[in-house]
Amino acid sequence: MAARSFDEVAVGDTIDAREFVVQRVNLVQYAGASGDANIIHWNERIAKAVGLPNVIAHGMYTMAEAGRVVTDWVGDPGAVVEYGVRFSRPVVVPDDDKGATLTVAGTVESKDDAARTATVNLTATVDGQKVLAAARAVVRLR
Amino acid sequence: MPINREFVGREYPADGVYEVAREKIRDFALAIGDPNPLYLDPETARAAGYPDVVAPPTFLTVLGFRFAMDSPIVDPEFGLNYALVVHGEQRFVAHRPVCAGERLVSRQIVDEIKDAGRNELVFTRTEVATESGDRVATMYASIVSRGTAARGES
Repeated sequence: MAARSFDEVAVGDTIDAREFVVQRVNLVQYAGASGDANIIHWNERIAKAVGLPNVIAHGMYTMAEAGRVVTDWVGDPGAVVEYGVRFSRPVVVPDDDKGATLTVAGTVESKDDAARTATVNLTATVDGQKVLAAARAVVRLR
Repeated sequence: MPINREFVGREYPADGVYEVAREKIRDFALAIGDPNPLYLDPETARAAGYPDVVAPPTFLTVLGFRFAMDSPIVDPEFGLNYALVVHGEQRFVAHRPVCAGERLVSRQIVDEIKDAGRNELVFTRTEVATESGDRVATMYASIVSRGTAARGES
């Protein structure tokens, strides 16, 4: 699997939107794999007691899903040299067999000729509302 | 209660070496729903020039939980009420890819604590390196402590 080449990438290129369904089972599995067992990510009773509308996804889970759009686009996860986000709104995950649907798309914002890197801006929304802000990845290209 | 500003600049080294395990990367990759063979299959990873399977870009977040006890968050004098905390920002800077089989050391530094309206923001940085000191990654995080700013209490 070769990484995308620098020359085939242009500023303004877009990465098609992808949808990720987020259900309770995903949060339980992520809690186990990451070590983040914070109760607000799996216990509806406690989540509501601390003022949340329902169980919310780990911010880092949402960040990881959005990151898949970049790693699949570039073709090599080791090519990601920087990846940052701001968590602007929680992803609420009801226990209704549907969960939440996260939509992620990307745009190439800039290229650095000397470093042979590109900066990709990501948008991540649930029901049309931004859940990540300033979501940006820098990838090293072939 | 406001967070103790005397903690700015303090460093918290992880009490131990983190050994990046192939099966841990597999668990993490499957938990984020990503079957990329570079995460799962050592042969594919080697064919792509890596010594073993590669860690996903956000994988090093596991360090924070593995060494949660080596953090200001659990120090009562820090004054943080974890129930009031939400994650503000997160940024990973990879100085190079991380692969299975590596042994990593880390230390968390409290960079800044400031008010933002009624909330307080805590900015931390975690430096990840090899045992011999070669830099591997830097993780920047901010957390929001809701409603704890001193002027918000009046």
